Amino acid sequence: MKIGVVVFPGSNCDHDCQHIFKDVLGQYVEMIWHKETLLAGLDAIVLPGGFSYGDYLRTGAIARFSPVMGAVKEFAKGGGMVLGICNGFQILLEAGLLPGAMLRNKSLHFICKDVSVKVENAATAFTGACQSGQVLKIPIAHADGNYYTDPVTLAAMQANAQIVLRYCTPEGKVTPEANPNGSLDNIAGIINAAGNVLGMMPHPERCAEAVLGNDDGKLIFLSMLESLKRNKKDLKMIPA
Amino acid sequence: MKAKIHVTLKQGILDPQGKAIEHALDSLGFKNAGNVRVGKYMEVDVDEKDKVKAEAEVKAMCEKLLANTIVEEYRYELQ
Repeated sequence: MKIGVVVFPGSNCDHDCQHIFKDVLGQYVEMIWHKETLLAGLDAIVLPGGFSYGDYLRTGAIARFSPVMGAVKEFAKGGGMVLGICNGFQILLEAGLLPGAMLRNKSLHFICKDVSVKVENAATAFTGACQSGQVLKIPIAHADGNYYTDPVTLAAMQANAQIVLRYCTPEGKVTPEANPNGSLDNIAGIINAAGNVLGMMPHPERCAEAVLGNDDGKLIFLSMLESLKRNKKDLKMIPA
Repeated sequence: MKAKIHVTLKQGILDPQGKAIEHALDSLGFKNAGNVRVGKYMEVDVDEKDKVKAEAEVKAMCEKLLANTIVEEYRYELQ
């Protein structure tokens, strides 16, 4: 598969994403500078974590107007798979590719630690390799991960199973104590209604190989590859 | 013209910075202080003499970039 990793000024998890897809999973990775306006031949796009544009104004607020974002929107509109991690999630929200907005963490702290997240929907293109209800240990590293959306949108997302990952205890209980940042409904990751754009605050690329002592994050990337493979097979089965 | 723009979190949305400042004020003995809201203040020179047009432009700037209207509200004055 050909995976595009977008590089904004201030991205700092771009090479981690490249490493996982290329060295750990053996895929072809193209690094895409944010000034690019044409994206051709990509199977999936990753918006990586970091501090694009120094988080000036609001996280992701300026990056969403980067030249590349027009092409990313087109790609998503056409059904292309887009994964936004941490700052990438914040950019997807600002760009309107996912509903809601991020607020400063309730504690006001920048939080960098392992957290437990529960896979609430294992039937997505990003979680297909997980079991429903599985608890993943993945690190977070952010100051603005306190997800907010209006009650109507939240209810629609709940009804639609768009809340894919929720902060939980290591045993899988979704409690206020397990919520590190004050996020609404313990939301750690959401997907769009069409099911091709996922944003998540935890960093799966930081725990995707055994040598790091934890490879729970690999399941997200494996899910993506499996889903892409399935789609390609389906396309081939359609008679010309 | 110069636009003076204030962006704050909407009422009803938790402002953790405001809360921290409120507690600090309280511990300093300012018992009358309450409901502290922290926001951003921006000044923008707008090269447009017509006030109506300038205002429309500033409003568009706020809607498109300067405020995230899901969680923030904005107000401005033009001088």
